[in-house]
Amino acid sequence: MKRAHDWAAILLLPVLILLALPTMSLSTWVTLTVAGGAMGMMLFLMALGLTLIFGLMDVLNFAHGAFITLGAYVAASVLGALTGWTAADSWALNMLALAAAVAAAAMCAGGAGLLFERVLIRRVYGSHLQQILITVGGLIVTEQLVVVAWGAQQLEIPRPMAMRGSFLVGGAAIEKYRVVAMALGLVIWLVMYLLLNRTRVGLLVRAGVENREMVEALGFRIRRLFVGVFVAGAALAGIGGAMWAAYQQVVTSSIGGDMTILVFIVVIIGGLGSVTGCLIGAILVGLVTNYIGFLAPSLSLGSTIAAMVLILLWRPRGLFPLARS
Amino acid sequence: MRFRLLSNDRPGHPVATLLVVLLFLALATAPFAFPGTRSVAVASRICVFIVLAASYDMLLGYTGIVSFAHTMFFAFGAYGVAIPLARGGVGGGAILLGGAAGVALAAMVSALIALLSLRVQKIFFSMITLAVASFAQILATQLRDLTGGEDGLTFSLPAILGPGFRLLREPVLGVRIDGRLITYYLVFAVALALFLFMLRVVNSPFGRVLQAIRENEFRAEALGYRVTVYRTLASALSASIAAVAGGLLALLLRYVGPDATLSFSIMVDILLMVVIGGMGTLYGPALGAAMIVLAQYYLQPALQNAADATAGLPLLPALFHPDRWLLWLGTLFILIVYFFPAGVVGTLRRRGR
Repeated sequence: MKRAHDWAAILLLPVLILLALPTMSLSTWVTLTVAGGAMGMMLFLMALGLTLIFGLMDVLNFAHGAFITLGAYVAASVLGALTGWTAADSWALNMLALAAAVAAAAMCAGGAGLLFERVLIRRVYGSHLQQILITVGGLIVTEQLVVVAWGAQQLEIPRPMAMRGSFLVGGAAIEKYRVVAMALGLVIWLVMYLLLNRTRVGLLVRAGVENREMVEALGFRIRRLFVGVFVAGAALAGIGGAMWAAYQQVVTSSIGGDMTILVFIVVIIGGLGSVTGCLIGAILVGLVTNYIGFLAPSLSLGSTIAAMVLILLWRPRGLFPLARS
Repeated sequence: MRFRLLSNDRPGHPVATLLVVLLFLALATAPFAFPGTRSVAVASRICVFIVLAASYDMLLGYTGIVSFAHTMFFAFGAYGVAIPLARGGVGGGAILLGGAAGVALAAMVSALIALLSLRVQKIFFSMITLAVASFAQILATQLRDLTGGEDGLTFSLPAILGPGFRLLREPVLGVRIDGRLITYYLVFAVALALFLFMLRVVNSPFGRVLQAIRENEFRAEALGYRVTVYRTLASALSASIAAVAGGLLALLLRYVGPDATLSFSIMVDILLMVVIGGMGTLYGPALGAAMIVLAQYYLQPALQNAADATAGLPLLPALFHPDRWLLWLGTLFILIVYFFPAGVVGTLRRRGR
């Protein structure tokens, strides 16, 4: 948002995409780049809440993955219940089913976020140590409750009919669902961008990230603002989880924990608290995962960690660090 | 002078002292006081986890940083001992060499993570350890040739530590003096020595600096202490001791696998031990380790009874299923962090003053 033209960091993505080209055939490259972009957009949804919550209130929520898990399971249930719509070979009905699943996931995860903030987090502001401990406890309890509610075995998710399969663009196979995921991610990114940059609430959020005391001194209730951001962040994580679950087509209770690790890498790369950094970090992680997953499959998580290490060596605070410490 | 062995750091409250003395006596006499394979297995597991939890406390309680990679260092030590033995290495030399390699690897990796992350922000350390630990978990299951994958490694120990070896022909107090007994006392002695060593470390000038950094980072830095260096050293030391604990576990189990050493649930156990017992007290985590291990062996099976008793009711059987053990531990964990953040020993100490 500020320092919008940090070209070295922004150019990282195109350079990475171009560097990958000589290592594989053109059609594979197109497929993987689209896949990476789609994964990046889903990661962005999951990570945005985490980074905003940290930026605004200096709270690091280790239980963010719980909202991802919840969103995934709710979406699985909704899509499972709407088989009539998902099995029909009609874009309209399919989109409606997906939209219903995503909306339900967002609502449940947002509600869980509200509960979380009220019950767990409000009492541990200011102490990172306690925050980490409490939220790890919260993550464990939520994951176990999800298992109690949905059972320990993995759930299969029917992907809507029209979004199955792929289409060919000049020899490169592109999965339809990935395009849908990327489009939805872009829409939500656009909405968030406008919300943050063109509205009064967004202005307050950005001001709070820059200097919380000053906003409070000017008479705004930053606590209430924060609850809103926390709920919105949880809802976004739920949407991300729902999209990811429909992408994987199976969901297990470990999905939240697994994605938390990638989400952490994303926000460390991007710089804790930065929205732009979050987007670039997410796409970077998505691309690296897909390229390396193709070139050397067993190393894919290692490669994202390596990317994080390299970026921290270059910029110890991440790509787009906040001005304050 | 009387408490030099304890570095003049006493539990600090009569009840805490009593508990610690009882724990020590119980562990010192376990094979005789509680004969039977199962109870000796429990006692030796308690010894290992006392070392593991206390070494974690040096990091969490005394230095104030949260690591999620402690089980990874634990696993380095365990696999370090297991790999040479599983490949036909024999004798104490293979154990010592493998264990030393594991400890060295743990110290190096932890120092690298610390140097990379701690110079910026403490939270980075927590996040990065989480990522690296899960990568280690993947590696342990994928490098099948080295680690045995999901199945892990089974191996046999030198004959002197096996059940066939008899030190004395006649049983003492009705207990056979065999290799398993020697293994137990080996583990007990190493655990005791390491615990006393950690007491020494946290009460040394080095330990005081760590506590100063925990209390006020800027002030410590202003006084001229290089905060990152101290934190890195603490992290490497704690990781090395965790690796030794891993080696001990490998000797006890004669088996090493991802679930036994690396899983996230063990990380949760360690966190619970330290937090229940009391962060920053060392005695607390030792008591916490005993409590959690005892609960796992004797309370977790009891959950099944609760599940059976409520079989007709809705929802309750699912909540009481033994596999939902973590649900109850997690709830307990949250309650303790809220209401007794000082843990058992810390709360007692405060009351004693």
